[in-house]
Amino acid sequence: MTNGESQNKLSKQAQAKANDASVNKTVKKLMLIVFGMFGFGFAMVPLYDVFCDITGLNGKTSNVAASYNAASIDTDRTITVQFLTRTAKGIPWQFEPMINEVKVHPGERKVVKFYAKNESVNAIVGQAVPSVSPGRAAVYFQKIECFCFNNQPLKASEDVEMGLQFYVDLDLPEDVSTITLSYTLYDITSAVDS
Amino acid sequence: MTTDVINDQSEHDSHGGEHHDHKMTGLKRWLYTTNHKDIGSMYLWFSFIMFLTGGVMALVIRAELFQPGLQIVEPDFFNQMTTVHGLIMVFGAIMPAFTGLANWMLPMMVGAPDMALPRLNNWSFWILPFAFAILLSSFFMESGAPNFGWTFYAPLSTTYSNGSTAFFVFAVHIMGISSIMGAINIVVTIMNMRAPGMTYMKMPLFVWTFFITAYLLIAVMPVLAGTVTMVLTDTYFGTSFFDAAGGGDPVMFQHIFWFFGHPEVYIMILPAFGIVSTTIPAFSRKKLFGYSSMVYATASIAFLSFIVWAHHMFTTGMPLFGELFFMYCTMLIAVPTGVKVFNWAATMWRGSISFETPMLFSIAFVILFTIGGFSGLMLAMTPVDFQYHDTYFVVAHFHYVLVTGALFSIFAGAYYWLPKWTGYMYNDTLSKWHFWCSLISVNLLFFPMHFLGLAGMPRRIPDYALQFADFNKWVSIGGFAFGISQLIFLVLVIKCIKGGEKAPAKPWDGAEGLEWTVPSPAPYHTFETPPKID
Repeated sequence: MTNGESQNKLSKQAQAKANDASVNKTVKKLMLIVFGMFGFGFAMVPLYDVFCDITGLNGKTSNVAASYNAASIDTDRTITVQFLTRTAKGIPWQFEPMINEVKVHPGERKVVKFYAKNESVNAIVGQAVPSVSPGRAAVYFQKIECFCFNNQPLKASEDVEMGLQFYVDLDLPEDVSTITLSYTLYDITSAVDS
Repeated sequence: MTTDVINDQSEHDSHGGEHHDHKMTGLKRWLYTTNHKDIGSMYLWFSFIMFLTGGVMALVIRAELFQPGLQIVEPDFFNQMTTVHGLIMVFGAIMPAFTGLANWMLPMMVGAPDMALPRLNNWSFWILPFAFAILLSSFFMESGAPNFGWTFYAPLSTTYSNGSTAFFVFAVHIMGISSIMGAINIVVTIMNMRAPGMTYMKMPLFVWTFFITAYLLIAVMPVLAGTVTMVLTDTYFGTSFFDAAGGGDPVMFQHIFWFFGHPEVYIMILPAFGIVSTTIPAFSRKKLFGYSSMVYATASIAFLSFIVWAHHMFTTGMPLFGELFFMYCTMLIAVPTGVKVFNWAATMWRGSISFETPMLFSIAFVILFTIGGFSGLMLAMTPVDFQYHDTYFVVAHFHYVLVTGALFSIFAGAYYWLPKWTGYMYNDTLSKWHFWCSLISVNLLFFPMHFLGLAGMPRRIPDYALQFADFNKWVSIGGFAFGISQLIFLVLVIKCIKGGEKAPAKPWDGAEGLEWTVPSPAPYHTFETPPKID
């Protein structure tokens, strides 16, 4: 092996080492992206909720009781609030609004009742989940008191009247004249038991 | 680009024990191999086997839909067929085929001796068969295979799952890990292993498209892994990410899924752009028109793919602003895509064109992919999407993009490089039969689907109203013809491996690139000493 050849070999080895180091560096950076994006997938869950909260998209209403703080009642506007109920698959309850719609002025407090009856022979815990349509009205629909804040245990054949107290914000967009509040009732017995 | 190759194969010995110069024999060679060419071949064979598997499922679907009414399979099994057909074609056929091409060609194109991480490369291939074994094993379970669509929308895959969710989730996890490892390997190879003098803007466009695709994979496959993990815990561990009863939201599933899903469709088409950008100049005997605009167009498509996901969800009840935003962003993608199509046309313009089979597939790609792009533009328009959503129009659209787009480009690439891989020319007559049979049958298969969709036939149904019967009959005939045509390709490839006319180092006189400077078949080790690029 001549001197030139061995030097050539040495410099090749050095080059290979340098290459290894830069390969490692690139791999580490890329792994960071991988883990970051895996985390981002999960971060989308709270981000989505925050986004919906702020914009009121998706018809999601707040899960905490609002305090009544309307400064006045705007008697010039009348809003029709409609109530819908449905039961999710597999919950043998009767679940209905006791009044199908009410007319309210923005800022005015209103109380309505819903009726639920467990028609099965087992004790079941139900949970109602509200949704407002049109979605952008959701942030203006304030629930002061709602049965949906808690779960609702009912024994076999037991029935109950459940209250909802709400008001509509004064700054509800002008073009909204009807708000539909729909409740879906789910069976969460197994989740509560465990 | 003029290339001066100093590639003395006898130099191997000076590297001592660093390389496995001896090929192991039998099964061990394939199990233990870290050679990019071996791994590339395995990827390509695997994807072809998966292509035939998914194809058989498509034929079950088309056989059932040949006539209205339920004849051959139960509706639940029909749903399993549509689901697993989609999963296999996306994750088993198209993506591994591109990874196989990348493995074979990238190191040779950038003048590197191998991929940067050879052992990782071996692993990323060998976990794939296990992923698909898990997925396919669910057919033999009591519950049956996944039946909730390849998009696995919650609550179909959670609350209403038939019990196959765990199989599905773990299979997708493994496929995801495999893709991420493959993508890391591609990025690292391109960033660190280029021959001296090969600057980024001197890389072949093929290399550029795989570079950008690999970044997309690294960015979105982890999101898919997160999504399936949430589906898994929702189904089996009592979480409620997507369950409204527990405070979750099923619409959020679609947002997270399509945040992965839309870049995913570009993962399946950007490499196709790279392939035809290689073949069209070669058979037009001209340089690629607008090289740098091609690079920027590819990068812009990749960027835009992250901000258009909700166009899959126009009918979920988005606010008007959201619908407009996603509509305009989606239509914006037509601009860089148009740049590409016009560049290919300009490359051919006044070229000295010859119609070898790779060129035939490439020209078919440009025309038929453009048709798929146009139907995509129609779907992007929110108001009309309300009519087209979940109809056969959507099925026609994505099959034009993925079959006559991605798959045709893979055929073009396979014909283009087969002489380099095997050392023999393929049988020209057979290849022409394959092309013309495929071209005619694929249009018979997918074109009438546009009309079916516009007339209102929903997708993913085993039975349909009588007025759709005639078109469905033709579609099914096209489907079977297309399926059988692919066997010509299988025969052709096997014949080409066994022998034929000896291929010279550069069988295409217009071809450019480092891969044509090594002999055919490409030696087991190439570019041990990097070539010099001027």
